Amino acid sequence: MIPSAFDYERATSVDDAVARLAAAGGAGKLIAGGHSLVPLMKLRLNEPGTLIDIARIPELAGVREVDGAIEIGAGTVHHAVATSDLLRARCPVVAETAATIGDPQVRNRGTLGGSIAHADPAADYPATLLALDAEVRIQGPRGARTVAARDFFQDLFTVDLAGDELITAVRFAPVRTAAYAKLYQRASRFAIVGVAAALDVAGGTVRSARLGLTGALSHAVRLTAVEEALAGRPADADSVAAEAARAGDGLSDLNADIHAGADYRRAMVGVFAQRALRAALARG
Amino acid sequence: MSAAPVLPKLVGERVKRREDPRLVQGHGTYVDDVKIFGLRHAAFKRSDVAHGRIRSIDTGAAEAMDGVEAVFTGTQIAEFLDPMPIGTPFPSPEHRAVATDVVRYVGEPVAVVVAADRYTARDAADAIVVDYETRPAVVNPEVAMTGHPTVIHADFDNNLAVPLVPSGTGVSPDGKTVDDSVVDKAFADADVVVSQRMVNQRLAPTAMEPRGVVAHYERGKGTMTVWSSTQNPHILRTFVAKLNGMGEDEVRAIAPEVGGGFGAKINIYGEEYVVSALSKRLGLPLKWTEDRSEAFLATIHGRDIIGYVDIAATRAGKVLGLKLRLIADVGAYNMLLTAAIPTLTMLMANATYDIPAIRTTLTEVFTNKTPTDAYRGAGRPEATYFVERGMDMLARRLDMDPAELRRRNFIPADRFPYKTQMGAVYDSGDYAKALDRALGNAGWQELQRERDAARAEGRLVGLGLAMYVEVCGLGPSASLPTGGWEHSQVTVERDGRISATTGASPHGQGNETTFAQMLADQFGVPFEHVRIHHGDTGVVKQGIGTFGSRSQAVGGTALHLAGAKVREKMAKFAAALLEAHEEDLVFEDGRISVQGSPDTGKSFAEVAAYAYVPVPLPAGLSPGLSEEAFFEPANNTYPFGCHISMVEIDRDTGELALLRLVAVDDAGNLINPLIVEGQIHGGLAQGIGQAMIEEVRYGGDGQPLTGSFMDYAIPRAADLPRFELDATVTPTPVNPLGAKGVGEAGTLGSTPCIVSAAVDALSGFGVTHVDMMLRPEKLWQIIHGGQA
Ligand SMILES: Cc1cc2nc3c(=O)[nH]c(=O)nc-3n(C[C@H](O)[C@H](O)[C@H](O)COP(=O)(O)OP(=O)(O)OC[C@H]3O[C@@H](n4cnc5c(N)ncnc54)[C@H](O)[C@@H]3O)c2cc1C
Repeated sequence: MIPSAFDYERATSVDDAVARLAAAGGAGKLIAGGHSLVPLMKLRLNEPGTLIDIARIPELAGVREVDGAIEIGAGTVHHAVATSDLLRARCPVVAETAATIGDPQVRNRGTLGGSIAHADPAADYPATLLALDAEVRIQGPRGARTVAARDFFQDLFTVDLAGDELITAVRFAPVRTAAYAKLYQRASRFAIVGVAAALDVAGGTVRSARLGLTGALSHAVRLTAVEEALAGRPADADSVAAEAARAGDGLSDLNADIHAGADYRRAMVGVFAQRALRAALARG
Repeated sequence: MSAAPVLPKLVGERVKRREDPRLVQGHGTYVDDVKIFGLRHAAFKRSDVAHGRIRSIDTGAAEAMDGVEAVFTGTQIAEFLDPMPIGTPFPSPEHRAVATDVVRYVGEPVAVVVAADRYTARDAADAIVVDYETRPAVVNPEVAMTGHPTVIHADFDNNLAVPLVPSGTGVSPDGKTVDDSVVDKAFADADVVVSQRMVNQRLAPTAMEPRGVVAHYERGKGTMTVWSSTQNPHILRTFVAKLNGMGEDEVRAIAPEVGGGFGAKINIYGEEYVVSALSKRLGLPLKWTEDRSEAFLATIHGRDIIGYVDIAATRAGKVLGLKLRLIADVGAYNMLLTAAIPTLTMLMANATYDIPAIRTTLTEVFTNKTPTDAYRGAGRPEATYFVERGMDMLARRLDMDPAELRRRNFIPADRFPYKTQMGAVYDSGDYAKALDRALGNAGWQELQRERDAARAEGRLVGLGLAMYVEVCGLGPSASLPTGGWEHSQVTVERDGRISATTGASPHGQGNETTFAQMLADQFGVPFEHVRIHHGDTGVVKQGIGTFGSRSQAVGGTALHLAGAKVREKMAKFAAALLEAHEEDLVFEDGRISVQGSPDTGKSFAEVAAYAYVPVPLPAGLSPGLSEEAFFEPANNTYPFGCHISMVEIDRDTGELALLRLVAVDDAGNLINPLIVEGQIHGGLAQGIGQAMIEEVRYGGDGQPLTGSFMDYAIPRAADLPRFELDATVTPTPVNPLGAKGVGEAGTLGSTPCIVSAAVDALSGFGVTHVDMMLRPEKLWQIIHGGQA
């Protein structure tokens, strides 16, 4: 519970943060809310030389509309996302996801950027960003780039982000008919299984569906088999749910730990896919 | 006419805790807040293997670090510190505060660093390199009992800490002769026998404030002050003095604010001995603060008992006999009270029932896990769980209402004092009354209809009920090696304010409030004029401490008796001043006056002032108003109650939701019902936590799997329903207050009643018992046909 010694700097802007990261070489580490990083430091599983604090960079915080899309700054804390009027009106699934994270202390410090950079296999946001086909906006010494969420989450705690880069925002086209459903791990409140579903419904038919899954595998993934099965189906809750009941069947290498074994997780993927889909349709 | 306000009588009132404003505003002083000029910091290097021999320890890198003053290995410490004392009469293996040779659980200290600051101390501990020759570890007590794959302590064959001890019907008091005939006959005569192996799983006490100790040996004076987050500073003083070769007059122990103990801070820990010994040796003030990761490994765990339960009964539901075979996993060592805790499970096997034949046996087993000791309820929740789950199974087998089965077996209210088969003498009780009240408050029959209606819709709703009786107010000295009394001194100061001390050192019980209520009433003075001092052996002359729900029943009585002595003396001073008879005087509204003529009186402060400047000094009186009392009860108290719960299990996920919890608790007379309810709320939360979400887990290699709050769940407010509380009042004859004690009660009934409700909800799947905790996956497997 006592971290090893480190230096601390506060960045004032995105460019300043990128410059400081570069200057620190491999020893630099960004800190935003600190709610993933500091526990690791206290356990001495992570011993950064220099912490570069990006929590107070104004341009990183906030939820805004840009060209019909919604953009959330990487430094926006979970509580701000959970209570955003814009999100609640246009894309409630994101606010709903944020509201399930941890407890009030965590939600008032932890940030969207920190969550997806860390990419805990049980983190909530990744499922929802996948279901929304969001893009992750990144700034680095080589300039700005954009990565689709489905390419961003690569493996256990592994994302498409270089050590000298910084996530600035995520951006997505808002979807009203989308919802997130989660089985809570009772100690940490992370997801044992979490499924986000986003539907494009027209004329009583599901034109397309996107489902993001977290908690079950080494990293968040899209449930493409379910998505394909749903396309073109009638948009009534029971037939949609029926398609999703076996959503876990095709998965391999499921996580297993003291909280839940692999078979149980597999079954829960189906249960929570159904719950997310029903709730999404109910928003239609 | 005097204009003095009429003071309310406070005993029995819902007075808000006067401790809370300072605590919730961050103004409390805890051990870690203690700062002394020149303070150094200690950090412990702990074993990361569950079982192994220390081949070598390299402290070179640590010693070379800037700011490190000293590093001691276990072998070096053993040169000046004796093995840890044990507070029970059971044979115990030698236990060094810092391991010298073999480590036996993950978290056992192997070296200690003293440094200028906490960070350096921690860095240096990390820099110590220990080379272990690892040995096989054993974590399952029923495997450990075979002596394979390892023997943890050389002199304890088959890892038996306590080889089979019988108790109950037909066992002589010394345990040497055992006559099974009565118990055998009960089982032979029975129409039905229910049998079940049950596990009462291991829990981590997780007080909000971890442990901590500051020791300050002052060379010039040859005295030591020890601040520690402890439940019993006087016992701490005794043991710290003993291990440091000092007199009790030379050691002062202080428990400042203590942020929860739950029994885990009764034990005197190795860190307390080491930090005090190093302070003395180095002549420096020294601090150690446990961090949360350490707390999960190095603070004692609770429970961890397997019970094999057999209940024999007639078809009509009369219980003829009970067998309870207990196997307690005590972890790697005996701590202060470890070996005694499971004996309390045996002691309470009679529960609330008139069971004529009982055989209990107890075996205690060493494993490569953190040692166990007292945790809230300490042995009694385990007994309650085994018997009440067994009764529930019997009711189910007989197809009888679980309430009706209880009623048919209760010890009748007119049979108290009641001597049990286990040798306990229950002081007073009216179990049917508590049951009826709970059934009424819950609307039992209506609930049963609701449950049946929900089931008809396919919902998995269940009801559970449990009775409990516990042993509290510990207890005569014959039952406690520390002494079973409590002490108090009450002083009316010169200005008429009242200072009182209590040896029952609180850590959340609210004694500063309840004890002030009592004295305010006893002396007829404002509550604000009474202050209760505790937790400092320099201020509180004597004491035992707070555990076993004893502070009100034993500590409160000592206070009451001391107060009565002072009042008697003060009445004599007042009688002299007023030229009245002392027996005619009343203490009311801040005045002492003649009964029936309130104008003939003096203010309380005037009489106090006279007692300190007694001119003239009344014949036969000495100056001053300060008296002390020791109180030793003749017996324990036996509070009881009934808890009822309603649960619903999610068919798809196996998640269990607690819909209702109705509790009726009888703790005898209540000084402050608000504080009593607070104690019950906390106890219920921990009992519910055990049923639903709490469990310390180890891998087969002895590595802990629940080393942080990310994996060890404790209940949050949102996990709990609104508690529906009520009380019946059956005073105890054991003390003049009629108060029994309530600190642990909540943990007793809640746990079995929730498990029974879950079994009820799952009864359609052929289930008769489910072990705790009620993990969703486990329940889901039952529902979906897998293995439980
Ligand atoms: C008790 C507790 C419960 C929790 N429960 C949940 C839960 O239920 N669900 C859930 O999803 N999460 C949960 N979390 C994790 C929480 O959401 C974290 O806040 C989040 O994962 C990390 O965000 P942060 O801002 O705190 O990041 P930090 O801890 O500051 O940083 C985490 C990592 O991200 C990097 N980083 C931070 N910001 C950026 C950026 N803009 N660009 C690039 N890299 C960056 C850091 O360098 C570091 O490697 C919980 C945490 C705790 C302590």
